[in-house]
Formats: sequence, C-alpha cells, structure tokens
Amino acid sequence: MAAGPMKMRATLGAGYTDVRVLMSHPMETGQRKMPDGQLVPLHFIQSVTVKVNGKTVVEGQISQAISRNPVFSFRVRGGAKGDRIEVAWLDNKGETNSTEATIA
Amino acid sequence: MHNRRRNLLKAAGIAAAALAAGLLKPVAALAAAWNKEAFSAKNPGDALKSLGAAGAEASGAIVIDAPQIAENGAVVPIEITSNVPGTTSIAVLIDKNPFPLAGKFDFMEGAMPFVKLNVKMGETSEVRALAMAGGRNYVATKEIKVTIGGCGG
Repeated sequence: MAAGPMKMRATLGAGYTDVRVLMSHPMETGQRKMPDGQLVPLHFIQSVTVKVNGKTVVEGQISQAISRNPVFSFRVRGGAKGDRIEVAWLDNKGETNSTEATIA
Repeated sequence: MHNRRRNLLKAAGIAAAALAAGLLKPVAALAAAWNKEAFSAKNPGDALKSLGAAGAEASGAIVIDAPQIAENGAVVPIEITSNVPGTTSIAVLIDKNPFPLAGKFDFMEGAMPFVKLNVKMGETSEVRALAMAGGRNYVATKEIKVTIGGCGG
C-alpha cells in the first residue's frame, strides 16, 4: 500500500522549471490509535531526491509531520523541453519509489 | 508511427535502468544522511542546535507564504522562498509539534531555494523557516492558527 503511484508534472516557468510531485504514502506519525487502542506504527518518508538529467538538484529530509500523500513543489533554474526529471523517495521501513517525467 | 514505438521502447528501457540503479544504490546513503538527532528533538531550540543553526539571525529575506488560519491541521500548505543570496538549505520547523523539525532541503546544481509542502500541525504554532547560506543561518517566523488539529487522526 505504501508504494502507491506517484504523479509528477514539470512545467517551464519564467526562467525556471516548476516541478510538482505527489507521492502516495500514509505518513503515519506513530501517535494515531487504531480502534483497539494500539498505536499505528511510525511509517513515513524520510528522504526525497530530485534529479534533472541525472544530476541531483534537491535532497530533502522530511519527518512524519509532512501530510499524508505528500505534495511538493521545487524550482530549478533554466530547463528545456525534454529535460528528464526524476524524483525518488525512501521511507523509514526501507521502501522506495520513484517516478520520472520530461519537462512539458 | 514506427518511430514513436522505438522512442517508447527506449524510454521504457531508460526507466527500467534508472529504477534498478535507484533501488540498489542510494538506499543506504540516503538512510545515513537522515539527521536523526535533529528530527528527534522535542523543542525547536534543540532541533536548531542539531542542525548547527543555534544562533540563526532573523531575516526579512525569507518569505513564508502560508494561510494565517488553517482550518485543517492535517494539511497546511506552506511555501518558502529564500532571497538570502547563496542559500543552500531551507529547513521548516513547527514550534509546537511534538517533533518540531518537519523537513530540511538541500539545493544544488541550479535548484532555486524554494519549496512548497504540506505539513501537519497539532495546534496553533509559530512556524520557522531556516535558510543556510555560506555557513551562516537566517530564520523567519510566521504564526499559523489551527482550528482542527492534525495529529489525533
């Protein structure tokens, strides 16, 4: 369930590329209780990496305070149609997912 | 049409290769990079200290774009732009969350010091945006009021 689909859109702005990415993830805080009173275990994305044409441009570390099914926007200077953007994440259970798109 | 099919196959090949590389290599490196100490800090002061930014000075060059009142604490949109020259990292701290540090983003290779994200907020709190530039640290603060908390579920 954790590694659900990701969606990404990369569009050209004025002199920069806007990268918007959605990740499907429960982002459990470890503080929520199930109906039987047991805590839902901590389960959240820890690292997010954005690459443009294979070069890392953003490395993010995040906590369980990020909302469920996280959405991020990043901006990268320049960019051209067809540039390849790749976003990957890794969670605290070692699960990963990634997606790529070209600038439209 | 034939040409398009070739392209498609090529793209699929690249994706598969990237996926394989992505799954095998960076997991350990990424896991090691996660700043457990800073993320486990229970107050903003300790979190800042763990980030090496205890003496961050207030700056008007960091812009926090967020609602003054968030109706739903489970999804509070926050947009941060640093106009501090040479900003290499932005961190977001929510003072009254159980663990204030929500995220830290390092920018390189032409990435602009900008990030937009959704965070959970347990209650009304000051939100701090920290920018690191050339070994110095700057911080901006904004209060966001929360009417329904986002941490109880």
